[in-house]
Amino acid sequence: MTLAQITASPSLGEVQRSSTLSRWVSQHAAILLLGLVLLILPAVASDFIFVQVFGWAMILGIIALSLMFLGGYGGMVSLAQMTVAGVAGYMVAVFGASSLPYVSLFWPWWVAVPIAIAIAVAFGALTGALSARTEGIYTIMITLAIAAAFFYLTLQNWPIFNGFAGFTTIPAPIAFGINWKHPLPLYYLILFFAALSYVVVLYISRAPFGLALQGVRDNPRRMEAIGYNVTAHRVAAYAFAALLAAIGGILMVWLNNQISPGSTGIDASIDLLIIAVVGGLGHPIGAFVGAIIYVILRTFALDSLVAIGLDGRRFQTLIGLCFLAIVLFSPDGVIGLWRRWVARTRGGRSAS
Amino acid sequence: MATAFGGENGARVPARGDALGRWVGHHPIAALAVAVAIIVVLWLVLAPWPTGFEDVFGRKRLFINAIFNGVTLGALYFLVATGFTLIFGLMRYVNLAHGSLYLFGGYMGYEAGEWTGSWLFGFVIAFISCAIVGMAMQFFIFRRMEGQDLRQTLVTLGLSIVFSDLMVWVWGGNAIQIDTPDYLMGPTPTPIVVAVKSSGEAVFLQYPRVRLVIFVAAVVIGIGMWLALHRTRIGVMIRAGVDDRDMLSVLGYRVQLLFILVFAFGAGLAGIAGIVGGTFQSISLGEDSHFLLASLQVVIVGGMGSIPGAALGAIIIGCAEQLGQTYFQNYATVLTFVIMVIVLALRPQGLLGRR
Repeated sequence: MTLAQITASPSLGEVQRSSTLSRWVSQHAAILLLGLVLLILPAVASDFIFVQVFGWAMILGIIALSLMFLGGYGGMVSLAQMTVAGVAGYMVAVFGASSLPYVSLFWPWWVAVPIAIAIAVAFGALTGALSARTEGIYTIMITLAIAAAFFYLTLQNWPIFNGFAGFTTIPAPIAFGINWKHPLPLYYLILFFAALSYVVVLYISRAPFGLALQGVRDNPRRMEAIGYNVTAHRVAAYAFAALLAAIGGILMVWLNNQISPGSTGIDASIDLLIIAVVGGLGHPIGAFVGAIIYVILRTFALDSLVAIGLDGRRFQTLIGLCFLAIVLFSPDGVIGLWRRWVARTRGGRSAS
Repeated sequence: MATAFGGENGARVPARGDALGRWVGHHPIAALAVAVAIIVVLWLVLAPWPTGFEDVFGRKRLFINAIFNGVTLGALYFLVATGFTLIFGLMRYVNLAHGSLYLFGGYMGYEAGEWTGSWLFGFVIAFISCAIVGMAMQFFIFRRMEGQDLRQTLVTLGLSIVFSDLMVWVWGGNAIQIDTPDYLMGPTPTPIVVAVKSSGEAVFLQYPRVRLVIFVAAVVIGIGMWLALHRTRIGVMIRAGVDDRDMLSVLGYRVQLLFILVFAFGAGLAGIAGIVGGTFQSISLGEDSHFLLASLQVVIVGGMGSIPGAALGAIIIGCAEQLGQTYFQNYATVLTFVIMVIVLALRPQGLLGRR
């Protein structure tokens, strides 16, 4: 009942309603405009802005999108998505190149990246298999326990994960004659995968698998009764979400040039949940909206807190309070605020 | 969702007294395995190890210390997790701020101890201050979103972020060690043989007194809670609420008051555990998520919403952690993780949990 309240916004009816022409045009106009802005951004903004702010936000957006997919369409709020991204990132460092010759295998990227993604997807599917057998709120407990266990493993384990130091100098590969390490190619690589994963998630949400998944979210028993394998759908959803998270995790490692327990730890997992919830679990774009809000807050809040005379180190309190405000007053996130605002400006016709 | 959680709980509850006998009757092989495991562990702990045995498995002193540390750590985990599981069992949301309450209790106990010089007084202060925070949380926030378990859980998450940041602000990032009072300092001899000297004289284990006392205290608290739950009116109300809180409120009991009391008690226990943790190890930044994780693991392994389950899970997780750190340091967390995975695969509701 309650999971549905928060996550039920992209319901089956709405998909059909939104296919009326005016809704279609207005929605796509916004998305196309956003795409255009992101495409020409490198021409007008500095390296720092378009890579460290927008590139970083899109990577977080991809990983948050995997959470949104699970939470919004599957009704399973998983806290282990950052961990899946971390597994992929660590595996790229282990199988590919890094500054640790005695750990890294220095295999070429076209071997290392598929292996890393495969391991991360297997890990994600295992997580799903473990938590899909229990329901609802247990999912958060189990996935958080998994995320925390992985964090402490990376912290304590030296032979594979190199303890708290982690890996540094993990370069993006040189492929197809382009050095993807440079800001501009890397930015477009990130943009490509962000757009791709957005479109794919949108497509799957209307494909038979996505519709069945939403059915499982709304009423698992009825779906079971009409012959769907509920557990298999859930595990498959986890596996697909893990694929998204793994792509995000590898891009994250290439962007930051390092990975350590801190980048996949409990705080990072929780931040990811905050991103997804603040953006809104109701629509795939929410993940990216949440990510850009988070990154802008993270990048500029420190200075602005100091500017208005507060302690810049209280950044976490600010994030926590923003999150609390969203959860308390708009459970469907910024997307929900936006939808209500649109509904109000369009007059009482569509108001509930 | 509500029906999936609450509705089936009370469907079929076997009578308490013959539950064990019935379980043995239904699962003879599992019962035999448990009995053998208990006997093996008892033998490992009580008997002096044969010489060839020590060559393979290392010194007995190491093993005994790991077991004792594990069991006493389990006592600490029990104190934290029992409040967590009680809150979860009755109110159906995951209190992700439980680790923050633990840390807050530790800091308050430390301040009280510094101020009055009394270790025991710290427990009173920690319990009361955490209970007040818990009551305030339940009264001002969670009461307003009754039945929306995901939203309540997200709120506890937001609160834990704010709390931990505010605690860093007040107490800084340095680890704080709570001093053990003089009357609990030093080792206590135990009747357990760790080695036999060449002269044939047995060497007995010496173990820190404070850890033994805490263990006994945790056992007393656990038994007290069991008695309170099974022999008092409010305990009956709590158990009825765990099974079906809608029915309880329909019958005219003041469920909200019960929620506040249980939340206050659970938070207070976490606060007490904070002092214990500060005395055993130290309290510092990051300990909140450590103990949140411990509570999660204990509750997942032991059974969600079950207090005997919390006790069993705490001992298992505590021992696994300590044995892991002693014998395979690099993969210590993998051991607890594997235990969790096995339990979830075989019994998703936890060892002593009910569906």
